[in-house]
Amino acid sequence: MSTEDSGLVKIALVSCGSEYAGVQPEFEAAASKVNAKFVYPEIDIASIDTIGRDFGLEVASGDLRLMMARAKAVVEGTTSVDGVFITTCFRCAEGAIVRNEVRRYIHKHSKIPVISYSFTESTSAATLLTRLEALTTIARHRHLLAREVQTGLTAGIDSGSTTTKAVVMRDNKIIGKGWVPTTKVLESAEEAYSLALKEAGVSREEVQALGTTGYGRFLVGNHLKAQLIQEEITVNSKGAVYLANKQKGPATVIDIGGMDNKAISVEDGIPGMFTMGGICAGASGRFFEMISKRLGIDITELGALAVKGIHENVSMNSYCIVFGTQSLVNSLAKGATPEDVAAAACYSVVEQIYEQQLQEVDVKEPLILVGGSSLIAGVPKALGQLLKIDVLVPENSHMIGAVGAALLASGFVEG
Amino acid sequence: MSFLAKVFIYPVNSLILADLVERFGHKPLTIMNQVREKVTNISLDSPPINITPEDPKIGLRYAAIEVPAGVRGRMALIGPLIEETEAAIIVENPPTNFGCVGCNRTNELMKYLVRSKGVPVLEVKYPEFDEEAHDFVNKIATFLESLPKEKPEEDEKAKEKEPAEKEDKK
Repeated sequence: MSTEDSGLVKIALVSCGSEYAGVQPEFEAAASKVNAKFVYPEIDIASIDTIGRDFGLEVASGDLRLMMARAKAVVEGTTSVDGVFITTCFRCAEGAIVRNEVRRYIHKHSKIPVISYSFTESTSAATLLTRLEALTTIARHRHLLAREVQTGLTAGIDSGSTTTKAVVMRDNKIIGKGWVPTTKVLESAEEAYSLALKEAGVSREEVQALGTTGYGRFLVGNHLKAQLIQEEITVNSKGAVYLANKQKGPATVIDIGGMDNKAISVEDGIPGMFTMGGICAGASGRFFEMISKRLGIDITELGALAVKGIHENVSMNSYCIVFGTQSLVNSLAKGATPEDVAAAACYSVVEQIYEQQLQEVDVKEPLILVGGSSLIAGVPKALGQLLKIDVLVPENSHMIGAVGAALLASGFVEG
Repeated sequence: MSFLAKVFIYPVNSLILADLVERFGHKPLTIMNQVREKVTNISLDSPPINITPEDPKIGLRYAAIEVPAGVRGRMALIGPLIEETEAAIIVENPPTNFGCVGCNRTNELMKYLVRSKGVPVLEVKYPEFDEEAHDFVNKIATFLESLPKEKPEEDEKAKEKEPAEKEDKK
C-alpha cells in the first residue's frame, strides 16, 4: 500500500457472529494494519423476521438473516461504506449458502468491493491481511487501478513464495525481465531486479518509480524504497488483463502460484469478488515441482509431457499434497506412463481450484490463466476441458505480478 | 435471595422469560449473566464479549471439532448453564425480539441437550393472538408452580443427616 492517500476505509462487517468464535480481535487487528475500520450497518430488528422472504432466501439462523438485512442496508445506502467483508463459520453449510448469495447480491446491486471468508478459531490477522489490503486498495485507489497504459521508465518486482520476478518497462513496453528462484528474499529480489535492469540497459537511478508485490513485498519494497508496495490480488489482476489486452469489461483471472491460488472476478481491470486458496499446496505450483522431481524431469518439461497424456488413465486427487504424492507413487508402481501421470497432476490441480475456489466467484469469459503454473501446457488444457471454455494464457503470464506493479507504479511518475 | 429451582430458558436471552421465571422465585439461567461474567473479567482483552480462541475449545465438551467454531464458542457460554439446569422452558417459533442467539445449529444442540437431561421441560409455542398469549403465560405459570418447592437432593441429605446426628447424641 502506498503511504499516501491512505485515509480511513470503512468496511461493513457482515458476519454470522465472529465474536463468538474468538476471532474478532484478529479481524480488528488486520483492519487496523490497513487503516480500515469495521462498521456494523444499522437495521430494524423486526426486519430480521421478514428479510428471508424479502431476500428470497429463508434460513433458520437469526444471525444469517441479520447478514442479509445488513447487506440490504449497504446496497440501499442506509449505511455508507467503502467495502464489505462477509464472513461465516467454516464448515457451516447454511452459512456458506448465505455468504455466497449475500456476496453476489452486493456485487450485483452496487459497485462496492466485497470479499468473503470462512473463519475458524485459528484464523489469524496475518491470514486476513492480504484480503483486507486488497479490499482497501480497491476502495482507496480506484483511480490508480483505472490506469491502462504504462508511462515513463518504471520497474516492478514480484517477490513470490517460489520465484522472484522483475520487469523494467518503458512507454508501455517490457524492456527487461528477471526470473530467479526465491531463496533469501532480498538477495533474490536484488538478483532478479539486476537481471531485468541489465536486459533493459538502464541503471537503478534512471528508474522513475518502482512497485513491489508478492509475499516479500514489504521487505523488498522498504529495502528498495519502492513508491508502491501492493498485495498481489489487485496487482496480479491488473497485470493479467493488461497482458491479455482485456482491460475493458468482465474477465476472470486465475493465478496458480507457488503456494496458493487466486481466483479473481474482474470488471474493467478492477477486482470485484476474489478468493485465495491455501488449504494445501496440493492445489498449487508446489505440487508440480514434486511431480516433476518424482518423474525425474525439469518442471519446464512437465507441460509438454502432460499434453501427450490422458488424465483419466490415472486416479489422482491432490486435495492434500501428501495424498496426491501417494497417488503418484501408486500409479507409477502400477505401470502408469509419465505422460498420463503428468496429465493427471495438471487435471487434479485445476480440479481443486474448480472445487474450492471457482464456486465462489462468477466465472465470466475471458478466463485468463496466469502465474508460473500457466506455463505448464497441461494446466490450461485441463482447465479448458473442465470448464469447457477457452483459456487465455497471455505472453509473459508468469510475470503478471511484476508487470502489474510496474504498470501501477507509473501512476507515481510525475508529469 | 434464595431460588427454588434453576430454570433453563429458550431463547436463552429472553428477558420476558427470565422475568417470568424470577417472579415465581426460581433462578433463570440466561446467557446475559454468562456474557456479563465474560466482559467484566479484567484479565482478558478480546472485545466485544471477551471470547477468545480458547472458548471454542471449551465448547468441544459439548460439540465435536467438526462443528463450526461459532457454535462451539456459543456452547462455551451456554453449556455450563445446561449442566446446572433443573427444569426448562422452551418456546418454539419466537420472533427475534423475544430472544435469539443467532445461530440455529446452536439452538438445535442446546435444546437437544436440555431435552435429553431428564429434567422437567415445558415446550410451548410462541402466541400469535391475545387468547393464545393468556394461555401461554398460564402454561408457564402452572409449570413454574409445579416445580419442587424444595430441592429433593438437599431434602434427602438433610433427612439422612438427622438420624445420624440423633444417634451420635445418644
